Amino acid sequence: MQSPAEIDLHSGGVIGLSWLMIALPLLGAAVLMLGGRRTDRWGHLLGVLMSLGAFAVAAASFVELLGMSPAERRREVGLYEFIPGMADLGLLIDPLSISFALLITGVGSLIHIYSIGYMSHDHDRRRFFSYLNLFVAAMLLLVLSDNYLGLFVGWEGVGLASYLLIGFWQFKPSAATAAQKAFIVNRVGDFGLLIGIFTIWTTFGSLGFREIFSQDPGTASSGTMTAIGLLLLVGACGKSAQLPLQSWLLDAMEGPTPVSALIHAATMVTAGVYLVVRSGFFFEASATAQLVVTIVGVATLLAGAIIGCAKDDIKKGLAGSTMSQIGYMMLGAGLGPAGYAFAIGHLITHGFFKANMFLGAGSVMHAMNDEVDMRRYGGLFSVMKITAVTFVIGYLAIIGFPLLSGYFTKDGIIETAMHHNQILGWLAVAGAGLTGFYMSRMVFMTFFGKKRWADDAHPHESPAVMTWPLIILAIGSIGLGAFLVLGNRFMTFLAPAVGLPQELPEFHFVSTPGLATLALVAVGAAFAWFRYGAAEVPVLAPRGSFLTAFARRDLYGDALNEALLMRPGQWLTRIAVFFDNRGVDGLVNGLAAGIGGTSGRLRRVQTGYVRSYALSILFGAAAVVGALLYVGNM
Amino acid sequence: MPWLSILMAVPVLGAVGVALLPKGSDKLAKQVALLVSLVVLALTIAMAVQFSPNGNRFQFEEKYSWIPSFGVHYGVAVDGIALVLIALSAVLVPIVVLASWHDAEGATRALDLKSELIPPKRSAKTYFALLLVLEAMMIGVFAATDIFLFYVFFEAMLIPMYFMIGSYGGVQRSYAAVKFLLYSLFGGLLMLVAVIALYVVAEKNTFMYPELIGVIQDPTTQKWLFAGFFIAFAVKAPLWPFHTWLPDAAAQAPAGAAVLLVGVLDKVGTYGMLRFCLELFPDASKFFTPLVIVLSVIGIIYGAIVAIGQTDMKRLIAYTSISHFGFIALGVFAMTQNAQAGATLYMVNHGFSTGALFLLAGFLIHRRGSSQIADYGGVQKVAPLLAGSFLIAGLSGLALPGLSSFVSEFMVLIGTYERYAIPAIIGALGVILAAIYILWMYKRTMNGPTAESVKGFTDLDGREKWVVAPLIAVIIALGFFPKPVLDVINPAVDKTLDSAQVLDKKPVSTVAEKKGAGQ
Repeated sequence: MQSPAEIDLHSGGVIGLSWLMIALPLLGAAVLMLGGRRTDRWGHLLGVLMSLGAFAVAAASFVELLGMSPAERRREVGLYEFIPGMADLGLLIDPLSISFALLITGVGSLIHIYSIGYMSHDHDRRRFFSYLNLFVAAMLLLVLSDNYLGLFVGWEGVGLASYLLIGFWQFKPSAATAAQKAFIVNRVGDFGLLIGIFTIWTTFGSLGFREIFSQDPGTASSGTMTAIGLLLLVGACGKSAQLPLQSWLLDAMEGPTPVSALIHAATMVTAGVYLVVRSGFFFEASATAQLVVTIVGVATLLAGAIIGCAKDDIKKGLAGSTMSQIGYMMLGAGLGPAGYAFAIGHLITHGFFKANMFLGAGSVMHAMNDEVDMRRYGGLFSVMKITAVTFVIGYLAIIGFPLLSGYFTKDGIIETAMHHNQILGWLAVAGAGLTGFYMSRMVFMTFFGKKRWADDAHPHESPAVMTWPLIILAIGSIGLGAFLVLGNRFMTFLAPAVGLPQELPEFHFVSTPGLATLALVAVGAAFAWFRYGAAEVPVLAPRGSFLTAFARRDLYGDALNEALLMRPGQWLTRIAVFFDNRGVDGLVNGLAAGIGGTSGRLRRVQTGYVRSYALSILFGAAAVVGALLYVGNM
Repeated sequence: MPWLSILMAVPVLGAVGVALLPKGSDKLAKQVALLVSLVVLALTIAMAVQFSPNGNRFQFEEKYSWIPSFGVHYGVAVDGIALVLIALSAVLVPIVVLASWHDAEGATRALDLKSELIPPKRSAKTYFALLLVLEAMMIGVFAATDIFLFYVFFEAMLIPMYFMIGSYGGVQRSYAAVKFLLYSLFGGLLMLVAVIALYVVAEKNTFMYPELIGVIQDPTTQKWLFAGFFIAFAVKAPLWPFHTWLPDAAAQAPAGAAVLLVGVLDKVGTYGMLRFCLELFPDASKFFTPLVIVLSVIGIIYGAIVAIGQTDMKRLIAYTSISHFGFIALGVFAMTQNAQAGATLYMVNHGFSTGALFLLAGFLIHRRGSSQIADYGGVQKVAPLLAGSFLIAGLSGLALPGLSSFVSEFMVLIGTYERYAIPAIIGALGVILAAIYILWMYKRTMNGPTAESVKGFTDLDGREKWVVAPLIAVIIALGFFPKPVLDVINPAVDKTLDSAQVLDKKPVSTVAEKKGAGQ
């Protein structure tokens, strides 16, 4: 990395106005919240407009950035002094942050547009759009901030938006509970992130990215760097639903489907990957921290895939898949500069194909009276062709069908991991095989085979406002991967922000891990075909083996949390309340009674003869004056 | 212009005026009280504008001999710390007046329930007169530079609050009021002994605190005097384990009085630690720092855990405050610039966010006649504005970034971490617990299917909107722009640390500095 002192990095031009990216959706959210029912008629349009406006600013900033030499592509936009002497609010527009900004505003805008149709029957649609706008603003602050304090503000802001949107149908107890769970589990992660930020502050004397990253990492002790890395990872695990803080994501599917697509698939849940890549300065200085990141990534990619295999709820199946795919990204992010570009590249292509499939699932639910059980689907291909074709494209992309988006980015992660550590690499290959199975299962159960619809189901294709976003996302799912990976285009672009590996990787269309992955995916898909395509799918789920139960119960994640944290926590609370009422207070009351001579006297005091208090105060005052007179005469 | 004396005189005169109104003119009494409190607010703003943060430490000084034979003065002045706390009081009082509009009438819309709202013992007129007297004393206690004068305000403040709880509170008001009074008198008594001893030992024939800084040198004397002051302040704040009076008092007090009790009166405790304990007894303060930090951290966690287990929303809010006072005391005794500035800002922010929570809980209780969380459910559906405001106030209570409490909690924790990493880490666990107590309360009252008894709820009316809107506006404004307030606080904290003989105010030795030193 070049020393920032050499070039003036402060920016005018379009990038100087990049704060509009945050301000526009924030304004939208404020108008819709304060405007209330008066804005019901046009609220959704304003929401879409603000999101598109942010996209326009992001795109223009991106173009301006491309017009600069690579070394200049780190522009800072100061906003104002936030906490004097500690940190200002300011933005950093560099290849990493602008990639995220384009994803967030681009996919975000498509999902806004889709939601016009999806939420058209909800009389709180305006409120929904105000939360969506709030989310976009917070997410942009998270990725654009030029320091850890601003990042944390955005980090918690997206947490709030996620809470509000998971619980959007708050009158449903399950939705309210899921929202609360998401927030609290995330706070556990935030606790780690906070301590990490504190340690950065006391070690480097700053919270600003430029000020920290321009220092020599070798001067901090390796223990400190490991600690910072692991603490940041705790934060990342919370936000990105990585083990052991994964349990909230499956419940988060209680939110409306566009929310699942935008927040719980394409953008917010990838914030952890962003954090790890952005903080590469610490991770690259600690092999231990990097190793833990890759272990967490691999463990989660397997766990998510296993969970995905057993779900009959289409959204929860996709949520397991999201966990798993973010596991891949996390694995890539733990591999240093060689993995960053693939991790972020996979993050972007995943943003497209997973949003595509979630919105596709939403389209199916829209058509099937909000039915989510895939055992109640089947044969939908013929009645909703656009949804089916776009979903299948997303499906082919995620399983890594050759030449589609996921093929390039996921393969890049697997190859790099294999190069780094064979065990990690082969586990990642195994995960790809599982992906082939569970995603094929989903497609066969939903779009093919016999119709198993409920009696009152009359499926139909969704309106154009919903299908167009699907089509655009599908196009991205086809071509984006090749565009980013071939010729190391994305790696070179990201270099000013995250650095380059010592040698640039070459993409091999034929390689051992690549072929092994393809073979395993094919086996998985074939197995799914025999079980769920060719064979009859029972409408009621069979009991299944121990393994199935294990996966259905999310690998007992909730049971574990309950046994280890919730139950003891409840007992602790009960004991503390009891102790406070009887112990501390009882002791004091007893003491007071003792001093008063008899408890009867205390009771008389407590029944409240105001005059006697007035008298005692007067007495006290007299004593004071007497004491003073005595002292004064000494 | 004697700003501070005027600030105290206006509400006193207002109180006399209100008290002299003929019987039955309750409505006029409220209007006069509101007008007077708004005048005080306007005057406070006018004074604050003239305050120059980087000028003399104490400004708007007034000093008159009061009891010459022992050198007692009527001495008032403000530095940045006192100024922001006076401003907090001046902002809260008109809001509380407006919020308490019907409280003192004991009016209740509770239908066929066993209502917790019982008729008051005294007239509404008296309630508002007491409120104004209390305002004068709150201003006086923060402005006093004479320790004896401070003590007088410290004790006298109890009287109006005692009557507000005891005559206008809930079913158990007498018990709560007496408990409040006994605790406070006990603490006050210890402080009185310490005040007199300080006067005797110092042999300066004065109670003016600026003249007493650095006078007491003997370590043992410092420790005894510190203990006297500190226990009084710890009961007042209250710190664990002196806290048990607060949940009773806050739960039984009418919502408006609870706001002033927890939002302002309790701050006198933490303010006293910052102002008197640290500056007058610097060595003892350092000696007792480990103890105070342990108590603070216990308080943060203990208060939060007990809050989670509460079934009554006013008690729950009171316990969250015990947790928050732990943060404030932690920040005060960490003795770093960031932690102390954060603690001071925390005192202000906590007043607004907890004030908003208490008032909104009061609006709920007024509609339903119960403070039991289990008696609510699904309020969001019938009163979305009320629920939304409650959520924002709650989120500020759990220190969500973008809302005011975050800045202060972050500064306290990072400032503490600079010197004492482990207590800061344990304290930061409060961040998780806060999410649990706030969101769980919110879920049980506002979410889910609408409870039968809640179905008739109306949303916030015009008056209630005027109560809530300024609080939320301040919470959001200070969440994003804390700088104006911090710029006032920071120089004052810097000077406080000087008096407390803290040499290392920013104990961050960075990698770059270490490297520089090595070369």
